[in-house]
Amino acid sequence: MAVSEKKEEELKSIISINGNIDRNNREGLRGWLNPSRYGWERVSYWLQRLTGIFLLVYFIGHVYETSSLTGGLDAWNAMLQLTQTPWGHTFLLLVIGTSTFHSVNGIRLIFTEAGRGIGKPGRPDYPYKAVSLNYRQKSGIWVSLILAALAMLYGASVLFGGD
Amino acid sequence: MSLEENKKPTEQNEKKPPKEILLRVFRDNRQKEDNSGHRYDTFKVSTQRWTTVLDALLHVKSYQDSSIGIRYSCRMASCGSCGMKINGIPRLACYTKISELQGDTITCEPLANFPHIRDLVTDFSQFFTHHKEMQPYIHNDMSEISDMKKLSEFKQSPEDVDKYLQFSYCIKCGLCYSACPTVATDTKFPGPQAISQAYRYVADTRDNSTKQRLKIVDDRHGVWRCHFAGSCSSVCPKGVDPALGIQLLRGHLLSFSKNEKKIAQLQDRSKNSEI
Amino acid sequence: MIRESQIMKIHYVTGIAALFVVAVHIIMRLIMPFNMSLNYTNVIANYHNIPYALLLESILILIAIHGFNGLRIILLELRQNTFWERGVTFFTLAAMISVIAYGTRTIILASGL
Repeated sequence: MAVSEKKEEELKSIISINGNIDRNNREGLRGWLNPSRYGWERVSYWLQRLTGIFLLVYFIGHVYETSSLTGGLDAWNAMLQLTQTPWGHTFLLLVIGTSTFHSVNGIRLIFTEAGRGIGKPGRPDYPYKAVSLNYRQKSGIWVSLILAALAMLYGASVLFGGD
Repeated sequence: MSLEENKKPTEQNEKKPPKEILLRVFRDNRQKEDNSGHRYDTFKVSTQRWTTVLDALLHVKSYQDSSIGIRYSCRMASCGSCGMKINGIPRLACYTKISELQGDTITCEPLANFPHIRDLVTDFSQFFTHHKEMQPYIHNDMSEISDMKKLSEFKQSPEDVDKYLQFSYCIKCGLCYSACPTVATDTKFPGPQAISQAYRYVADTRDNSTKQRLKIVDDRHGVWRCHFAGSCSSVCPKGVDPALGIQLLRGHLLSFSKNEKKIAQLQDRSKNSEI
Repeated sequence: MIRESQIMKIHYVTGIAALFVVAVHIIMRLIMPFNMSLNYTNVIANYHNIPYALLLESILILIAIHGFNGLRIILLELRQNTFWERGVTFFTLAAMISVIAYGTRTIILASGL
């Protein structure tokens, strides 16, 4: 059961001091815009979202473009004319890079979000560095970025290498 | 750890502070009828090596503009009252030395994601409501105290304490709530503080209502809307590491974590059946 | 009603499974020179290969579920009133089913040709 009615009433009554429902001075979407304020994990969250949306849009487009098969040879070739261009290949490179990043980072997130690889609770001491923001899982972000770059390089060699 | 070793990290990171800094303070009074919107007032403050942002603000309040609204109490990162955005990042004003910050201009703004009252003061009621939703107290239906013969203390080993101790250090300063990207847009999300306190009670061996607690957070706007952006842990001044608590709680929901309390219960039951 | 933890488990499982099947799909594009791999006859031949057609169908389903659930999560975080939440759930479910239906139509028609 989601937020109970009583809680909704309580929340509504305290949400604003000046009488109307203002969203608590929440940062809103602008809060998502600058991920570099808080370190690598925030950047990874931002990139995972961006790449996810981009890949979803690509996926829908891909399902549509491959459906031109049912139109026969002419429809298929017309589609190829549209997509097998330098711009088309560049777009495909972006897809390669984003899907590699999203997959590898996603695997890292599956582990860390389930509590693995983020250390154990203990007795924090000065300078109070967070144990979950350790290099072991942080390096997963860097590995994803590097693999994405490598995949893009390989993709470029296949698409633009002339074969 | 000796005192010298404790000093080393700060001394390495400190540079010589500027003698005079510009303090830009966010000014706004929502309760005033003829409110003209917010502005930034700039003040010149001369600082020493040890001056904190709170010191600078109180100096301004004492000698330059006594109308600045600011909340503070202990001045030693223990009460959590003086949370504010300093140069764009949520920090405790009493715990942030001017020398730690870059540049000669320090901008102080109220914490984001909280209703704004006046100047640097924000309203914490919703924050506390979310915390209360997590039932932040020990639930133990075996602790019936009517039978005096059965009454005894809860036994807890130091290892058991270590499982939840760091989460109990939370001072409810609200910095994590302000930094969280989900709280920025989701009004129903309880926030990193509340969820990590939910974990604090799940991990406590004296509490035996894990199922009930997991039901509270297993919600469309509950623990699942955390995406481990880690901002909460990076701003926490007490090393509570709320992100750790939230992911470990999720581990319980995904059955990734060993449910040690359940194992202990089953072991007890099998020992008792042998007797 | 399905609990959020069950939806998220599906999200994780579809993500991991999709990784494997998409890897196979990409490798199929690389086992012959890239330009030839997009030749109409070669592509149709692939669709006539029933295991490959099944692989494509599984990619379609897994990625549609994973992607639209992700979109649902992002949209749910933006606004929180009953109208929006119901609308987002309905819209993403409907979009998921339509994309799967449209893709399945392509696969069935292409494999039958």
